[in-house]
Amino acid sequence: MTYSPEVRERLELDAKEIIGKYPKARSALLPLLHLVQSEDGYVSDAGQEFCAEMLGLSKAEVVGVSTFYTMYKRKPAGDYHVGVCINTLCAVMGGDQIWEELSEHTGIGHEEATSDGKVSLERIECNAACDFAPVMMVNWEFFDNQTPESAKQLVDDLRAGKPVVPTRGPGRLCTFKETSRVLSGLPDELAGEGPSAAGPSLEGLRIAKANGWEAPK
Amino acid sequence: MTTLTPVLTKNWDLPNSFTLEGYGDYSAARSALAMDPDAIIQAVKDSGLRGRGGAGFPTGMKWGFIPQGDGKPHYLVVNADESEPGTCKDIPLMMANPHSLIEGVIITAFAIRANYAFIYIRGEVVHVIRRVQAAVREAYEKGYIGRGVFGSGYDLEIVVHSGAGAYICGEETALLDSLEGFRGQPRLKPPFPAVAGLYAAPTVVNNVESIASVPSIVANGAEWFAGMGTEKSKGFGIFSLSGHVTRPGQYEAPLGITLRELLDMAGGIREGHRLKFWTPGGSSTPIFTDEHLDVPLDFESVGAKGSMLGTRALQIFDETTCVVRATLRWTEFYAHESCGKCTPCREGTFWLKQVLKRLEKGQGTEDDLTTITDIADNILGRSFCALGDGATSPIYSSVQHFRDEYLKHFEIGGCPFDPALATVWGAK
Ligand SMILES: Cc1cc2nc3c(=O)[nH]c(=O)nc-3n(C[C@H](O)[C@H](O)[C@H](O)COP(=O)(O)O)c2cc1C
Ligand code: SF4
Ligand code: FES
Repeated sequence: MTYSPEVRERLELDAKEIIGKYPKARSALLPLLHLVQSEDGYVSDAGQEFCAEMLGLSKAEVVGVSTFYTMYKRKPAGDYHVGVCINTLCAVMGGDQIWEELSEHTGIGHEEATSDGKVSLERIECNAACDFAPVMMVNWEFFDNQTPESAKQLVDDLRAGKPVVPTRGPGRLCTFKETSRVLSGLPDELAGEGPSAAGPSLEGLRIAKANGWEAPK
Repeated sequence: MTTLTPVLTKNWDLPNSFTLEGYGDYSAARSALAMDPDAIIQAVKDSGLRGRGGAGFPTGMKWGFIPQGDGKPHYLVVNADESEPGTCKDIPLMMANPHSLIEGVIITAFAIRANYAFIYIRGEVVHVIRRVQAAVREAYEKGYIGRGVFGSGYDLEIVVHSGAGAYICGEETALLDSLEGFRGQPRLKPPFPAVAGLYAAPTVVNNVESIASVPSIVANGAEWFAGMGTEKSKGFGIFSLSGHVTRPGQYEAPLGITLRELLDMAGGIREGHRLKFWTPGGSSTPIFTDEHLDVPLDFESVGAKGSMLGTRALQIFDETTCVVRATLRWTEFYAHESCGKCTPCREGTFWLKQVLKRLEKGQGTEDDLTTITDIADNILGRSFCALGDGATSPIYSSVQHFRDEYLKHFEIGGCPFDPALATVWGAK
């Protein structure tokens, strides 16, 4: 499998823009693998071949790198890739129960996708949002303070094509492919959407203000 | 009584805090560019700022290691990989206040004579990446970075780079390999990054919060910063409370504040429960118990009590939590994230996991407690990088403080705890 000439041409333009940002081309490998996922939803054979050609590497060198990182998927992720944090803090606060119920509800396990290709699941490690535990991520957007019920509802809505909005993120949820494009270093226009900060992020500031506490002048 | 000191978190409640309008005009960077770069390094040394990424290395001293006049390009790399379990400060900081980081990057890069800076952000936080990308774009448009920063003769390019899911890439040399397009595996030190870092050129790697603190030091002076905190742990830092506390969240305070003080502000342990154990600085720092509520949270005091300040990631667990379960889960994390480069960590974390699984199911024996501490002895100090050392922290400290709870598991042939009681919804 290789890309059609049209796809190839489009990807090459993107790849050149990305490579141009770095003093040495090989630094663009991780971004280019994200770019491949924005096209194929996983690190396809054709995509890895493409990276190798763009950077003057062997395919084996590219595969050696892509297999090291958990965000690169070896088979297609769902349009909505759903992560449940099962690191200790979230697990204890309810993440384990969420995972069990969600996995049973959808009939899929870790790194598997539903047959309609809409949703895939992953047991994820700490996503740096512990103060919002239990935490879930969909296409790497925050879905904070989840419960088993909210988690199942979320996945049902995603499969039914209903609009779903992250708790700290843009007003609409991107697909896995759209997200991957941003990760490759090609921004979308959504940075301005969503709150600056929310909930627990603001707790200390709120208490400081209520007490009139400030850093020394 | 210690009170909170919002500096980096101060503008987070503004709806546009992540834009230039909600941040300010980069006046600290403007004054820095009029300074002698060595004077900036000296000011940061004088401030006493120590790295906020976990190890607490003096920031100004690190900058001072960069050889000057060597004719090589220099690089600044911001470590925004934030993946240490429990650590959740850099991510909201970049989401709400990315310009504080970019202003810090300008000052730091100028001080170490770097014309290229990279912000390596873990990939699993796309909205944070968007915010930093947008802030960098805004700074370029204003001429704050790019060719001729603020109309001076100084050029600075900033690249926002997304990682791809690997805790080990937070280790600074693994991060550099990853940024060069390789598997993220640690390098042998020495040479240290200051001598041979990115592309084998002199490189400073600093944590997000370290760099974001720099503009406030330039603006208010080293003495102002050193006026907060304790004798050897100066300044403020973000303390992240999570778990079984009434109001979890980000609390920016002088170093040396205690958990008791923080819990008072946070409404205490959730109602009807009491503190059992906690991490002072993430899962790689030995756990503390209710005996440690009054330990000043600074590098020296926490160290003297047998743990580490780490990233001030205060994960709080009440009496409903099984410490064996917690230790097993952290151990599974280390086994999963071990990069496989060295045998003690790769094999050791695997075996720790096997034995702990048995223990948690109540199928272990007292000998297994010796086994896990023996395995830990073979990892600690013998691993290639600090990930292996960190993996032993929960093992030693949980056995030390909760030996009886381990024993209880195989006395009754199972876990004595009901996990439902520990959940957010199952508590009442
Ligand atoms: C396994 C491992 C993971 C780490 N993860 C991070 C991280 O996510 N962010 C960070 O700033 N430092 C992390 N560190 C520490 C870095 O190696 C390094 O000390 C730090 O980035 C230096 O910056 P500082 O002096 O400003 O703290 C990690 C270290 C290890 C061993
Ligand atoms: S200690 Fe673990 S993570 Fe570090 S180099 Fe060895 S195997 Fe890799
Ligand atoms: S443990 Fe789940 S976000 Fe940190």
